[in-house]
Amino acid sequence: MARLIVIGNGMAAHRLVDALTRADTAGTWQATVIGEEPRPAYDRVALSSYFDGAAETDLALPDLSGRAHIRTGERATAIDRAAKTVTTSTGAVLGYDTLVLATGSTPFIPPVPGADLPGCHPYRTIDDLDAITASARTATTGAVIGGGLLGLEAANALRLLGLDTHVVELAPHLMPAQIDQGAAALLARMVADLGVTAHTGTATTAVRPGADGRAAALDLDGTTLPAQVVVFSAGIRPRDDLARAAGLEPGPRGGIAVDDTCRTPDPAVYAIGECASHRGTVYGLLAPANAMADTVADRLLGGTATFTGADTSTKLKLLGVDVASFGDAHGRTEGALDVVVNDAASRRYAKLVVSDDATTLLGGVLVGDASGYAALRPLVGRKLPGDPLALISPAGTDTAGPAALPDDAQICSCNAVTKGELCAAIAGGAADVPALKAATCAGTSCGSCVPMLKTLLRDAGVEQSTALCEHFAHSRAELMEIVRATGTTAFSELIARHGTGRGCDVCKPAVASILASLGNGHILTGEQAALQDTNDHFLANLQRNGTYSVVPRIPGGEITPERLITIGEVARDFGLYTKITGGQRIDLLGARVEQLPAIWARLVDAGFESGHAYGKALRTVKSCVGTTWCRYGVQDSVTMAIDLELRYRGLRAPHKIKAAVSGCARECAEARSKDVGVIATDKGWNLYVGGNGGFTPRHARLLAADLDDATLIRYIDRFLMFYIRTADRLQRTAAWLESLDGGLDHLRAVVVDDALGIAADLEADMAAHVAGYRDEWRGVLEDPDKLARFVSFSNAPQAPDPTISFTTVRDQPVPTAPVHLGMPAAASRT
Amino acid sequence: MTAPTTAPAPSRTAAPAWVPACPSHRLQPERGVAVLLPGGAQAALFRTHDGALYALDNTDPFTGAAVLSRGIVGDRAGEPTLASPMLKHRFALRTGASLDDPEVRLATYPVREHDGRVYVAARPH
Repeated sequence: MARLIVIGNGMAAHRLVDALTRADTAGTWQATVIGEEPRPAYDRVALSSYFDGAAETDLALPDLSGRAHIRTGERATAIDRAAKTVTTSTGAVLGYDTLVLATGSTPFIPPVPGADLPGCHPYRTIDDLDAITASARTATTGAVIGGGLLGLEAANALRLLGLDTHVVELAPHLMPAQIDQGAAALLARMVADLGVTAHTGTATTAVRPGADGRAAALDLDGTTLPAQVVVFSAGIRPRDDLARAAGLEPGPRGGIAVDDTCRTPDPAVYAIGECASHRGTVYGLLAPANAMADTVADRLLGGTATFTGADTSTKLKLLGVDVASFGDAHGRTEGALDVVVNDAASRRYAKLVVSDDATTLLGGVLVGDASGYAALRPLVGRKLPGDPLALISPAGTDTAGPAALPDDAQICSCNAVTKGELCAAIAGGAADVPALKAATCAGTSCGSCVPMLKTLLRDAGVEQSTALCEHFAHSRAELMEIVRATGTTAFSELIARHGTGRGCDVCKPAVASILASLGNGHILTGEQAALQDTNDHFLANLQRNGTYSVVPRIPGGEITPERLITIGEVARDFGLYTKITGGQRIDLLGARVEQLPAIWARLVDAGFESGHAYGKALRTVKSCVGTTWCRYGVQDSVTMAIDLELRYRGLRAPHKIKAAVSGCARECAEARSKDVGVIATDKGWNLYVGGNGGFTPRHARLLAADLDDATLIRYIDRFLMFYIRTADRLQRTAAWLESLDGGLDHLRAVVVDDALGIAADLEADMAAHVAGYRDEWRGVLEDPDKLARFVSFSNAPQAPDPTISFTTVRDQPVPTAPVHLGMPAAASRT
Repeated sequence: MTAPTTAPAPSRTAAPAWVPACPSHRLQPERGVAVLLPGGAQAALFRTHDGALYALDNTDPFTGAAVLSRGIVGDRAGEPTLASPMLKHRFALRTGASLDDPEVRLATYPVREHDGRVYVAARPH
């Protein structure tokens, strides 16, 4: 077995090991990866999402520890090419047959006085981000040196940390490498809208310390700017020191010189990614790094792959602004012509660079609306399908669809997947986007080609079914719209007009939830009763032995001693098992159907209401003690939690909804594990959404920051109603958010900016819900017809179910296994 | 009001003992009730939307809990079905057959309606 050592554990190294070990079915190679960061490889391209709600685990790349030996927290210190060994910081000396350098790059820190003060940071690793977060705690103003792509991402990070943010760029405009003056002018305007001030054509001459010795201000060509956090994003330098020390010559602008096979002049040593210099170019992008990794993996297995340069096209959302640049964006080709649409009023700039005869697309720049990127980028170097101006004028991009492209056009540039490969996968049975992603890797990196994948599927005639079940060809969201538009209040009417058959346990509860969300009276009224799941039908939670549990609402977890005593007395008198739940409530378990009304009567008399623990509905709003008691609290989290719980009590949704309010950033209420999480700041409330996730845990992501009470509630109203209207059946907010076209940004556009113009409508729906709320337990107690259903047997209404029995564990009753009494022999299971 | 009944006439061999289950108006379409039978057995009794009556063993064979009367009535390709409230296993109302496991079949009980009351046979078919 041949020994491969990879120095560096970044994305290029990960890609190489992944590609090699997948293809190396014969087990030719034994790979060892040496990485100085203490963690496995992660998605550095998505680093900025760490500030936008992503957890470290969200950035994780697939674990390769089962396929290679990954040495984390260890640095390679020397290479002996003659002996073919690598020495590491632990003193280990590792022999290799082939060595791959994937050492990446270091951030360039301009040599200005004060650049090493505390409060000054590079923007490169998770540790850097943690250090920036720590510095921001005591700061009010931050500055980013460098107005390129990464600099703007860093500026957004500072903004999300609550700092007054500045960007300082030496070049005359932002993002000089990717976009032109006109696009940059619009970008600067849009960035300013977000409160980030750009200083272009400006040099930083010093970072000045304050009295505490930390960074306090920047000197800029004569003026001074306050900045307690300074982030350097002024470019990268390839890490070639190890290679130089080993006698490998650098490229003309640094970096380890490699040929088209990514090999150095030493046949046993390769270099890939940001440390490699190929034909004099050092690429700072993921797509070329991936292509180099794939080339080396292929070569190691005896293949003939070559790397001959890479597409440097980019599409990004910077500070919420779409920016895309592709091909010859600067028009450097001889005779190139520009076709420009510059609509500053509607915040949209689009430029196509075309050949001198205006027939061939050479490149382009899009700012404000980059939706045309996925269709335009694959056309670079090809004949234009029509008038270039029509391609970039509003609503004109439809003319450039994948249908017009030849099979060798790359649809996914991150993973170099062509239209032909995608069409082959569709022909091979890939029937939806997830299947296409799995089959080809397309759409798995930046995701900008996902709309094209959908178009390809549609063009191939693949219909993606959204049918709820055999009885309705509609999705839940479509049924919701039908019910809303037609004012339907009965399942039988809905299925007669829009479905087939008599329904089932899938569509009936889904329609019951839709009807309840739209306020159709008590859920057990009339025909609605027959639609409900057993939990909703008995307004309690069915447990394994056929008994139910009862959970009274305890808004915000706040409860008086008297009410606590009542719950204790009820539990004692009915012989119920009691448990404090995870959501700051008390669960009373072991009640038989016929006992439920008497239990509720006692609880309702004491002022309790149903906690809806049984429904796909709002459950709890958890809280800490906030400013009322806590030394650290900055807002009154208890009052806010109670207000929210009372506002949304009884609200039915596609899945259960939980919320929490923390009184400070210490997060004692664990708000970011909820569908709606509210965390106090000293300026108001931060609103997080889409947490929990069920089987796949998710942290909630920041939707809006520093809100006052009224705005917070308005945004939650809009968020919840938008979710209720559009989510699939049993789809949690986390999965719903992931499935939304445009994701969190789209949600923010709808909730915060009212991009769809439905905010008032959503708020009105919620106002109707709040006004129409009635306690469901009380509704049963006050209605003899409904009450009559709460019997054990229709012919022996108060006889206890003989199959139910209990034993005692830790002084409380717990079910014995259900007893099969009188179970006929015909019912058997082998 | 007599009939409809499920399948065979009640007086085939020995006339079954009929257990009064409930007044007819208590049995809402597509919403079951549990009936306690002599000896401690239980039946789950249903009326479908077309007025037909069905009774099955009330015990969910997959979990052992006596809860099938609280399941959701519907159809699969036109065949009337019952979904258990426990783990959503489905059964054919006509035959008691499990639609999830060919080895499993629930006992079915004769049902009749007479003079404003519904009756379930004391013993299964």
